[in-house]
Amino acid sequence: MKAEGTVFKYGDNVDTDVIIPARYLNTQDAKELAMHAMEDIDAEYVKKVQPGDIMVGGWNFGCGSSREHAPLVIKTSGASVVIAKSFARIFYRNAINIGLPIMECEAAADAISAGDRVSVDFDSGEIRDETTGQVFHAAPYPEFLQKIISAGGLMNSIREK
Amino acid sequence: MAMTMTQKILAAHAGLPEVKAGQLINAKLDLVHGNDITTPVAINEFEKAGFSRVFDRDRVSIVLDHFVPNKDIKSATQSKQCRLFAQAQNVSHFYDVGTMGIEHALLPEKGVVGAGDCVIGADSHTCTYGALGAFSTGVGSTDMAAGMASGYAWFKVPSAIRVVLTGTLPKRVTGKDVILSLIGRIGVDGALYRSLEFTGPGAHALSMDDRFCICNMAIEAGAKNGIFPVDEKTIAYMEGRTERPYTVYEADADAEYDETIEINLSDLVPTVSWPHLPENTHPASEGSDIRIDQIVIGSCTNGRMEDMEAAYEILKGRKIAPWVRGIIIPATMEVFRECITRGYMTAFIDSGCIISTPTCGPCLGGYMGILAEGERCVSTTNRNFVGRMGHVKSEVYLASPFTAAASALNGYITDPRTIGE
Repeated sequence: MKAEGTVFKYGDNVDTDVIIPARYLNTQDAKELAMHAMEDIDAEYVKKVQPGDIMVGGWNFGCGSSREHAPLVIKTSGASVVIAKSFARIFYRNAINIGLPIMECEAAADAISAGDRVSVDFDSGEIRDETTGQVFHAAPYPEFLQKIISAGGLMNSIREK
Repeated sequence: MAMTMTQKILAAHAGLPEVKAGQLINAKLDLVHGNDITTPVAINEFEKAGFSRVFDRDRVSIVLDHFVPNKDIKSATQSKQCRLFAQAQNVSHFYDVGTMGIEHALLPEKGVVGAGDCVIGADSHTCTYGALGAFSTGVGSTDMAAGMASGYAWFKVPSAIRVVLTGTLPKRVTGKDVILSLIGRIGVDGALYRSLEFTGPGAHALSMDDRFCICNMAIEAGAKNGIFPVDEKTIAYMEGRTERPYTVYEADADAEYDETIEINLSDLVPTVSWPHLPENTHPASEGSDIRIDQIVIGSCTNGRMEDMEAAYEILKGRKIAPWVRGIIIPATMEVFRECITRGYMTAFIDSGCIISTPTCGPCLGGYMGILAEGERCVSTTNRNFVGRMGHVKSEVYLASPFTAAASALNGYITDPRTIGE
């Protein structure tokens, strides 16, 4: 699976409260929630994001609450993948479980700039900055998680057992 | 192979003689838990995947606590969905308005969790139950759904940081100051994916409420879980509460740790985390020129009886500054009732504070104390991220109940040791 898009870049410790503020968590409607994605750090994000676009963060992306609404709004907003130096552990689980692709790659997160065009290959882990020509490689998923991803998420994977 | 306390609990629940850090396992769950924000999403996933019965009605808990009594129609609809599901599934541990409390104060109090348990909860502060010697960690709603359906969850076995506590806490220094100091030292991702295993003579000197508070904020250092050894205080706490038999696990003497951090409790001072990260710690005494608009004493971090005792010690017979809104939220109905019995409520009201029934409310910017642009709050809650309690240009300063109450009196951040008996 591949994706290509324009980069929205954020810093370290992007927390779940800025990804989707709790004041909106009185609904589970993904589309309604996604209208507020990233609102508290980047009010322009939802106005500009196009299907396939790529979010890049620093260390500890998705820290804070366990709300699954966080990866869900990123996915629903149209972003195809989050690339970060590291992910907070609950966000990591949630992203895998709901099928939002995430890639851990420090070099890419450092080098890629906001507004760059970037393409990613989820199977090989290759990240290519089409604007600068630089190529990076994210670590592949462990086989155990690959199975969950291939099954189309956690619920499908437990049903198959 | 030698194992940490966390690894021993995980091995036992995975049916394996041993596990090692990094290993992916499937572990049997003693409890699967959710609240009024995360459970509706889990119910949808559970039903969408075609499941009809939870794996064990006695091992699922649902607590309505974030937005109750419901703040608006949407939150009422979410609570209703939880209520109908709990009724249909005959969930044993369902807590609604009247019996509810903030989940992580309530479940230990009701004996729903105990030592040696393996627990997942669709709330990041589920790590609180490590204070009882359980492995307990926060997950998302889909994990909750899968847990309710199967009784199992997958885990990557964590390595651990050993935190050796020595000494005893000075007067008006609490578990909150311990965990804020630790987060200040290692950072908000200092324990990412790892366990924080607390040990040493200082660990045994701490009260259970301090241990709950410390484990509660393990997630704020990125940890998978925080855990304390089981001792006579743990057993005394569980006595008469836990409905299931508990199991005591101990770390092997030669268990491997990524690192060891030593904290002498006697050296700690009242500590405050400045906005907008819990790692931005300062001694409370450095905040005397920071004027505040509100204090909140409550939450799953600091809404227990000792927290109310701390607030009472500072507020009784005194008045909070006229420009400060003082909001006190006992975490459970048992704590609320005890505050009435002891006369704390009268003292709180006479000091100028208001008292709410249990709710997470302001902690996550839900309701019951939202901040306007430019306002500052000293709060005993657990996060001070941008926009956490309201406007993106409001500020939350994390502190202990002693510090929050003392700050309310002066209207500026205050070291509680400067307030008389």
